[in-house]
Amino acid sequence: MDYAPNTDQQLEEMLRTIGVSSFEDLLASVPEHLRTRRLSVPQGLSEPEVLRLAGGLAGQNRSLEDAPAFLGAGCYAHTIPTVVDALAARGEWLTPYTPYQAEASQGILQAIYEFQSMVCALFEMEVANASLYDGASSLAEAAILALRASGRPRVLVSEGVHPHARQVLGTYVRGSDAAIQELPTVNGVTDLEALSKAAGDDLACVVLQQPNVFGCLEPMAQAAAMTHRVGGLFVASAYPVSLGLLQPPGAYGADIAVGEGRCLGSPPAYGGPGLGLFTTTAALLRRIPGRLAGCTVDAARARSFTLTLQTREQHIRRERATSNICTNEGWLALRATIFMSLLGPEGFRDLARSNCDRAHYARERLLELPWLRPAFGQPFFNEFTLVSDERVAPQAVLRVLAKQGIVGPWPLASWYPALPHGLLWCVTERLSREAIDRAVEALRGAC
Amino acid sequence: MEIPDGLFYTKTHEWARREAQETVVGITAHAQDELRDIVFIELPKVGRTVSRGQPAAVIESVKAAFDIYAPVSGTITRVNDAVVQSPQAVNQDCYGQGWLFAVAPSTPAEFATLLSSADYASVLKAASH
Amino acid sequence: MAEPLIIERSVPGRRGFRLPPSDVPAVDLEQALPAEARRTQAPHLPEVSEFDVVRHVTRLSQLNFAVDTHFYPLGSCTMKYNPKLNERVAALPGFAWTHPLQPAGEVQGLLQLLFELEQLLCGLTGMSRFTLQPAAGSQGELAGLKIIAAYHQAKRRRRSTMLIPDSAHGTNPASAALSGFQVVQVRSGPEGVIDVKDLKQHLTDDVAGFMLTNPNTLGLFESNITTISGLLHERDALVYMDGANMNALLGIARPGEMGVDLLQLNLHKTFSTPHGGGGPGSGPVGVAERLKDFLPGPQVCRRGRRYAWDRGGRRGVGRVHGFYGNVGVLVRAYTYIRSLGREGLERAGRTAIINANYLKANLQDLYPVPYGRFCMHEFVCTLKHLKAQGVTAMDVAKRLLDYGCYAPTVYFPLIVDEAFMIEPTETESKETLDEFIRAMRAIADEVRTAPDRVRQAPQRLTVRRVDEVKAAREPNLRWSEVGEPARRAG
Repeated sequence: MDYAPNTDQQLEEMLRTIGVSSFEDLLASVPEHLRTRRLSVPQGLSEPEVLRLAGGLAGQNRSLEDAPAFLGAGCYAHTIPTVVDALAARGEWLTPYTPYQAEASQGILQAIYEFQSMVCALFEMEVANASLYDGASSLAEAAILALRASGRPRVLVSEGVHPHARQVLGTYVRGSDAAIQELPTVNGVTDLEALSKAAGDDLACVVLQQPNVFGCLEPMAQAAAMTHRVGGLFVASAYPVSLGLLQPPGAYGADIAVGEGRCLGSPPAYGGPGLGLFTTTAALLRRIPGRLAGCTVDAARARSFTLTLQTREQHIRRERATSNICTNEGWLALRATIFMSLLGPEGFRDLARSNCDRAHYARERLLELPWLRPAFGQPFFNEFTLVSDERVAPQAVLRVLAKQGIVGPWPLASWYPALPHGLLWCVTERLSREAIDRAVEALRGAC
Repeated sequence: MEIPDGLFYTKTHEWARREAQETVVGITAHAQDELRDIVFIELPKVGRTVSRGQPAAVIESVKAAFDIYAPVSGTITRVNDAVVQSPQAVNQDCYGQGWLFAVAPSTPAEFATLLSSADYASVLKAASH
Repeated sequence: MAEPLIIERSVPGRRGFRLPPSDVPAVDLEQALPAEARRTQAPHLPEVSEFDVVRHVTRLSQLNFAVDTHFYPLGSCTMKYNPKLNERVAALPGFAWTHPLQPAGEVQGLLQLLFELEQLLCGLTGMSRFTLQPAAGSQGELAGLKIIAAYHQAKRRRRSTMLIPDSAHGTNPASAALSGFQVVQVRSGPEGVIDVKDLKQHLTDDVAGFMLTNPNTLGLFESNITTISGLLHERDALVYMDGANMNALLGIARPGEMGVDLLQLNLHKTFSTPHGGGGPGSGPVGVAERLKDFLPGPQVCRRGRRYAWDRGGRRGVGRVHGFYGNVGVLVRAYTYIRSLGREGLERAGRTAIINANYLKANLQDLYPVPYGRFCMHEFVCTLKHLKAQGVTAMDVAKRLLDYGCYAPTVYFPLIVDEAFMIEPTETESKETLDEFIRAMRAIADEVRTAPDRVRQAPQRLTVRRVDEVKAAREPNLRWSEVGEPARRAG
């Protein structure tokens, strides 16, 4: 199946208009020795064949749509209202590009403006951009912004920040003069004493995640205050769903706040596409990476929208742009806009509340098992770390749950060798009491 | 296009007015006309040292960003905060209210390398051909 | 009609979605969460009904031009038809609802798809391995440049110059700068392709690589590509190809055979995944055999009949994505390649080239093409002659909107004055192309007879010309909040 509608006869006709006798004449500039003889790609398939093939591949995967899951660790599956899929599937949303021609893109631009407004409201920050690739690259861009804005060379990143985000940060800054240092954690949260010792006037920024990778709540306000005392910028990575209950970054003094927004109306999709949320204070407006939509007027003084402050961007500043980003994650930003509109302030609180309630219930139930104990005694939102004792390997826990059709927690050993028996449990609103109870009973019987 | 006498000029379309202690710098009428609607101006910090021919400020229109080069080397003594607040002042009065920054020259000999109004006029004339 | 902001439809107490009643005990929040961690003020979000949202978002959608609704000849973006089948496949729960940290045994079908996609991309480009991780073309560029840096570092030398043609897309120099390279521009010659003489002058032992686009942004094939890569290789510098324009090469020529050492593909261009109003994209990076150890891990691999994630080479440049890349986009691209297959892809490349040349042949008398030989998938004309009538390329772009066509890319590439970059793609019919030709010719007429109509365009859309100057001078980037809490100091 191909989607090229011109018939062979039309193509012939067009070649005559162009003034050549064959297609080959158009390729005079492609040297003969470079010409492809035959593509090494299988023959095309019809729609029913493709569906059979794809259905077969998809069918081999355990889907979180129906399997209860305790798996989070940076990728959270949340409920998606039907309306999100129904509206986002419209071709008018799916098939335009970046709204360069404002007059023919007012819908996208207004949606981005609403997205920026809602993200600001959720984070209590002053400026939000139209999104970046994912939470991890947002975090890297935040540190780069801080390095450039401060002219200082050092970044402190808590060990409680997701390791993949730290790795992406490392990749982005490698080759520059910046030094990235890790702040250790004590009892599951960032060691403020270590922060105090490491802080100095060469500090560009401090980066913490809330809740952190172990699920623990960090002392964000204190860390922010300590950072500001030495003139550094405080970067917070926040989990958007938690902000229905938790203090937003703007309230504890974050200068830059980022997050992974996939959880707002988009499926986990094996970790991508994500939705990089990026917010700052007004003071940093001119240094923001990525697109910004602004409200203005048209020639008849009517309200209208356009991309703005584009001189920050690569297509104008080229090698001196604030970032190399070109496309963002517009379609996911639209989904998040629809999601946030549907939930509203009350819905967000209910959603966060449901996660928090269920997680606390699940933790209490799991701790009934004699071989599980809490790794840390810290408050948490919807994720917590438990440690199994020597007799029960984390993999055994996963196997038992898998037999029940349940996707188990994340064994932390590969990320934190100091926690060889650590299990990171995530409980969202999608996990029913029945599934939690079933998991506990299965584990009680088997381990 | 207005090219007042008594100012120094550069090929990159800055003007410089030499005063007793400092030299005031702005962009020429030709430059502001080419830039069209100026929307943003970034000026250097007072106390910064700048070198002749090196970028000292940035002027932006909607779709472009331009470096403004220091006509002479020295230390920034004052900047015009009013144009930061309302950049259109540069479009409206580039030789007056729309000045950008003042510099205390460190190398007075550099003035000899700058253009007179007549020289600058012929530079513009040559470029338009 | 203008559509109000969703916040302006807000009515206190209205709800658009409800969760089921709780079946677990409510936790005492004062006990569970420390006071300083608890939110004190609900976010200022709209309070609207489901139907409010449906009507609002549907109305907004109708204010957009899209590939599904209008001809969209946006040069260098390859705005081809995005098959609905791709969407159906990507939404299958076995793809859309999988978690990146599930054990490999639970996602064998997905891993197989990713493995096969990598092989298909290798087959199409002649490269020997790909990473599927980069989330967009520009992130692919970044990964590619990191690979170049790592390659030289492994040879224990520092090279800091990245050569880039003056016709390059803005992301190229931006990515190079972000990777710590000094950008040196190489001139285009009078034919619109890289000036080999100029290239030679810039070729020093400090050159790490050359970042070119082929076909270039003028839509021209870089005929000297083999010579160019030879020159770079003599100095052990690498040839990076921006694969944004790969659509023109399908079935025509493979970068691997041109001496290209590494490239990124933009799956949202060549492989028909939807642009989504600006993403998500996907920018896999392919490399020649000698660079495969530098690819960022993890890499999907096959062990017997099982698929798994391999940590990747010890010399890998490091992760660029939070997980494995934009898998949802990769699934769509795989679906597209399997649907079209060999003949379909060859036909796509061939038709894209014929369509572009057909437009060019029918427009160049009124809109001169400065680099005039036969083009590949797109061409660039100049509108500088309209300046005499006080009409700019932007004016013509806006007038095209009145005629029901989205505008081509304007003012790019930078080496063409008042540039108009037109890419029709293979999925447009001759009838649509003829309509566009009629519109462009009618506008040329209007420029002579009624230039104000062009200068004041658009007139038939819901808004008139948008004031971008005001937008930039007085940035208004979000709705203001009534009773917005004062910022507390940190």
